[in-house]
Amino acid sequence: MSFKAEEWFESINCGNVLISYQGEVSSELITSSLEVVESKLDESNEDSKMKRKVYNVLVELLQNLFHHSEMVKGVAGNNEAMKYAIFVVTKPGEELYSIYTGNFVKNSRIQFLTDRVEQLNAMSVEELKELYKMILNNEEFSDKGGGGLGMIDVARKTGSKMEYSFNEFSDEYSFFCLNININ
Amino acid sequence: MESISIEGTPKTPTVNFDASTGKIEIKGRSIPENSIEFYKPLVDWLESYSSSPQKLTEVNIQLEYFNTSSSKCILDVFKKLESIHKAGNEVLINWYYEEDDEDMLEAGEDYQSIIRIPFKMIEIEE
Repeated sequence: MSFKAEEWFESINCGNVLISYQGEVSSELITSSLEVVESKLDESNEDSKMKRKVYNVLVELLQNLFHHSEMVKGVAGNNEAMKYAIFVVTKPGEELYSIYTGNFVKNSRIQFLTDRVEQLNAMSVEELKELYKMILNNEEFSDKGGGGLGMIDVARKTGSKMEYSFNEFSDEYSFFCLNININ
Repeated sequence: MESISIEGTPKTPTVNFDASTGKIEIKGRSIPENSIEFYKPLVDWLESYSSSPQKLTEVNIQLEYFNTSSSKCILDVFKKLESIHKAGNEVLINWYYEEDDEDMLEAGEDYQSIIRIPFKMIEIEE
């Protein structure tokens, strides 16, 4: 059965939500979403270190959605092809933030992405630092403009393991669900 | 040589590059989706500046946030400065960070370990 992203959205959009969104992700949407989250963190008098971490990680995750979401038809009742993505930021407890993102990827990319996330999850903070510096200094930008550094930076800043799943949508696409905890 | 003066936005930093004084400043937030577009003119400017730099080029980097897409571009800026330094000119990089922002200090140290130019880490008290 084809994965219903909108149902997953409903399931994570609960509790103490700072922001939640499903739909197309544009540069302007990212700017205004970051403003919303930043002002909520300011209002709640969050510790400045935690505030910066949440903000930094959110920047990378939202820009990943912007650069890497695939255009897919037939999502959430839309007949037009769209770059549909989901993000939700919640605060489930004291000194704990949880960020969920979801976007479509080609099935042919699943293995690569799985290996990448597993590799980062298995690395220590020191190893992540070395990998970051190596890629920063040696590798070229991809055609999507990213440096390949975003996920390494997220892993390095959060120090917690990334949870993820790939959910089949069609013969060509799956929905990539990612959950990052910051504490 | 014309100087560069760009006002900051929520996603791009304030930039002041002045060839007549050798002062170079990047300040604020650098989190654009397309950072190459923003930084290319800066790197090109440094390329021209490197043909007749000041005796001392003083670089002030004071960033509150930068994304990984900018981090590569900032390295490109530093590499241009490194070649000015290598050619026998004095270059000093002042890397500012807020007192409890260990990530920003570490980011500066990452660059320091890659680029062969004197770095000064400067803590800003809140």
